[in-house]
Amino acid sequence: MGIVVVDVMLKSEILDPQGQAVAGALPRLGFNQFTDVRQGKRFVLTVDGEVTDQVLAAAREAAERMLSNPVIEDVVSVRAQSPEATSRTALSQASESHA
Amino acid sequence: MRIGVVTFPGSLDDHDARRAVRVAGGEPVSLWHGDDSLRGVDAVVLPGGFSYGDYLRAGAIARFAPVMSALIPAALGGLPVLGICNGFQILCESHLLPGAMIQNDHRTFICRDQRLRVENATTAWTSDFAQDDEIIIVLKNQDGQYVADRHTLDELEGEGRVAFRYVVHAAGAPAAKYDRFASRNPNGSYRDIAGVTNERGNVVGLMPHPEHAIEQGYGPSLDGLKFFTSVLKSVVNA
Repeated sequence: MGIVVVDVMLKSEILDPQGQAVAGALPRLGFNQFTDVRQGKRFVLTVDGEVTDQVLAAAREAAERMLSNPVIEDVVSVRAQSPEATSRTALSQASESHA
Repeated sequence: MRIGVVTFPGSLDDHDARRAVRVAGGEPVSLWHGDDSLRGVDAVVLPGGFSYGDYLRAGAIARFAPVMSALIPAALGGLPVLGICNGFQILCESHLLPGAMIQNDHRTFICRDQRLRVENATTAWTSDFAQDDEIIIVLKNQDGQYVADRHTLDELEGEGRVAFRYVVHAAGAPAAKYDRFASRNPNGSYRDIAGVTNERGNVVGLMPHPEHAIEQGYGPSLDGLKFFTSVLKSVVNA
């Protein structure tokens, strides 16, 4: 099983109302050092088998054509994530929740 | 005159749009998102609502529905298409209209009677208006902020392709005492744009809802009816 991670962000010149809402609420918890918040989207695409160059190319095309709207958003990155990294993340999350 | 109204999963105003077509004297035809046929209609309305729950981006998933594979080439060929609210979002996502819609700048859902100015009375959907007419129809949405880059906005304005603008009074106007959106537009839309048209004038999209202003006793006016009477005439004259 292979995994491709796609990150999409609103272009910097586009107002981000969600990020602003978060930025407005952080000081209530005492976080006064963050002067701005921008919120993005992460897509985790799973394929059978390995993440080949073709899979990456298909993910890039999906990112450009559907996962993002080029008028308002940028595809920040499209990258393969190794299965080991994924299971390590899952394990560490599991152990944290047990702690 | 047969005017199709597309129903997507999550469309809300398809019934009202069909009713508006009938009241204006046309024959409404139900179109289904999963069919790649337009059933030979003379014009199409993409109605308001929350297709696919507005997941991903408003209109982004509907844009790839089978019906759109028939609609997009037909629209490029001159078929009159009106996108209302979510329909406008779908037209932007389809690149039939320029720009995009993001969340209202004040972050709240809005529902109000909204005053608009008709900026282009020559499109298939606005010919029964006069230039600079002011109309009042319902505005109700979460993602109503129209955005585009400066070049696109300049081009739209230069070519007369802004179809509708929100009417914004000068700061301190009497209306501002009771209306928080009197002296600013209601969602942060760039250059107060409420609706735009393509170059040919057959594809029009706007955020407010003409189909809710067609009958005495319902809605703030009868101003919405002219969208539908306009297209019936444009189809006859075509």
